Amino acid sequence: MTDLQTTLSDETTLTGPAPQEAIHHRPTGRDRARSAIKHILLIAASVIMIYPLLWLIASSFRPTEVIFRTPGLWLNDVYVENYTKGWYSLSYPFGQYIINSFIVVVGAIAGNLFACTLAAYAFARLKFRLRGLWFAIMLLTLMLPFHVVVVPQYILFNALGFVNTFVPLILPKFLATDAFFVFLMVQFIRGIPKELDEAAVIDGCGHWKIFSRLMLPLMGPAIATTAIFTFIWTWSDFFTPLIYLTDPIAYTVPVALRSFLDATAGSNWGAMFAMSVVTLIPLFLVFLFGQRFLVKGIATTGGK
Amino acid sequence: MSAISELSTIHRAKAKTPEEKRLLAKEAGRDNKAGYLFLLPWLIGLVLIIGGPMIASLYLSFTNYSLIQAPEWVGLANYARMFDDPRLHKSLAVTFTYVLVGVPLQLIAALAIAILLNEGMRGLPFYRSVFYLPSMLGSSVAIAVLWRQMFEVDGLVNQILRKFGIPATTSWIGDPQYALWTIILLHVWTFGSPMVIFLAGLRQIPGMYYEAASVDGASRWAQFRKITLPLLSPIIFFNLVLQIINAFQAFTQAFVVSNGTGGPADSTLFFTLYLYQRGFVQFQMGYAAAMAWLLVVIIAAFTAINFYFSKRWVFYGD
Repeated sequence: MTDLQTTLSDETTLTGPAPQEAIHHRPTGRDRARSAIKHILLIAASVIMIYPLLWLIASSFRPTEVIFRTPGLWLNDVYVENYTKGWYSLSYPFGQYIINSFIVVVGAIAGNLFACTLAAYAFARLKFRLRGLWFAIMLLTLMLPFHVVVVPQYILFNALGFVNTFVPLILPKFLATDAFFVFLMVQFIRGIPKELDEAAVIDGCGHWKIFSRLMLPLMGPAIATTAIFTFIWTWSDFFTPLIYLTDPIAYTVPVALRSFLDATAGSNWGAMFAMSVVTLIPLFLVFLFGQRFLVKGIATTGGK
Repeated sequence: MSAISELSTIHRAKAKTPEEKRLLAKEAGRDNKAGYLFLLPWLIGLVLIIGGPMIASLYLSFTNYSLIQAPEWVGLANYARMFDDPRLHKSLAVTFTYVLVGVPLQLIAALAIAILLNEGMRGLPFYRSVFYLPSMLGSSVAIAVLWRQMFEVDGLVNQILRKFGIPATTSWIGDPQYALWTIILLHVWTFGSPMVIFLAGLRQIPGMYYEAASVDGASRWAQFRKITLPLLSPIIFFNLVLQIINAFQAFTQAFVVSNGTGGPADSTLFFTLYLYQRGFVQFQMGYAAAMAWLLVVIIAAFTAINFYFSKRWVFYGD
């Protein structure tokens, strides 16, 4: 298989027509029947995939007892109390948790963009001693389970008094611990013609200038992909905040949502559904507007 | 090229003559300082956030430690205890079932849909979005909450079954026989990410291969077996390795569906969930660290086995 990245840097390979289409001759009746069957299959699969989500949204506007006897999507009444009650049914208004999550997400994105671009530039463009070794180690950390470092990390952050702060969630990102993004950016930089760097060197630019004035502007798509993936994964991240954030005022959205199960003994499904929808909206919006970059990024690096 | 093929090519680099080495060293000298400066945040992270903690957790795995008193050296006791810990055995069984069933099912779904979508379909962007979306939402607590409701006695699934006249009265998440399967189903539901990778790979296969094959009268199934599968095998392999590594670390869904208990009857006690209970509920940090190292060994073994067998079926072309 050839290098995925070089071909994928061209957006048309992803959205343009598939290669086979070009060779298709005039559609016969059999072709049409085949195509119709395929569409029916795919539409059926789409409905099965999406129905739970649509039903979640519909049900978030129903009283709990109605949720448990209505498999359909049609709403006779719009019961917004789920939202108003759900918003205030934990120790703090739900907005508090949303703000917390946004702080963590913004911090994580800033950290990843800062540290991963620097490391990626070094790996992709600079020659230095032991580069191959460091690069191999970086790839190996991609496969390392988080759990093997979590206990000492917790002990360390606990000793430093950082439990119930966002430091343990954000600081590691500023140290490029998300190797996935370093790798993604290395792949991207390798696709940028080296002649550009060489021209800049002739013009008397140092590495910092090449990095900040030349590479960063060219790395737009890789930066966008990193920012979007970081948003989605940090927004949904559950394990880390579950460990570090035990004081409700510091809860991020997933931990807050989870505490619903305890607070209401899993009985107030209406409010829980309403807040679930609230937490999914930012993810959905990011997906909607960032999908182009996600598809590209995941195809470049092989995804997670 | 994927991370995995990068790794396998690194050690194949050619040996260099002393003269070349000297030249290289001279050339390398030029960027040493800049290289390490740019790499500095990553290096600090490697030492403080990854390497240091790894060594510390290896040490802790030979101790008893509850955060309050200093760690007490117990030698191999934590590892020995794992042999007669029935919950640990149960958690391994649960996790292996999840990995060995969930990952292949998810990849088969991803490949099947990707192949359907690749055949010059109208509406590809629409379908791709619809199938991709769940994999972006699937790891959230919100979806786990939804799943929990869907598979209750009066949840969505049973309501729909009743509409079709099936008297469904099982609580799928309340029955130890089925609870794990609901989580496996959730995993399969998120097939969008590997599907997108497969789609990108399928686009690299030249259309003329299929053209030539159909001129020779090869059936679609034969074309799939002889063209698609071999040419896609590096990507299938890549997905397989990474999805297995990730699936071994699954946590959120089991935690939410069972409300942190791993129940009913430990049927959803994933390995990481048990590790969490030991380490962060009972504060047996030593035992949790030993479990984490067992997980590293298991994942490394699976990855090694994968690489070993890849020689038989992964086709790297020219």
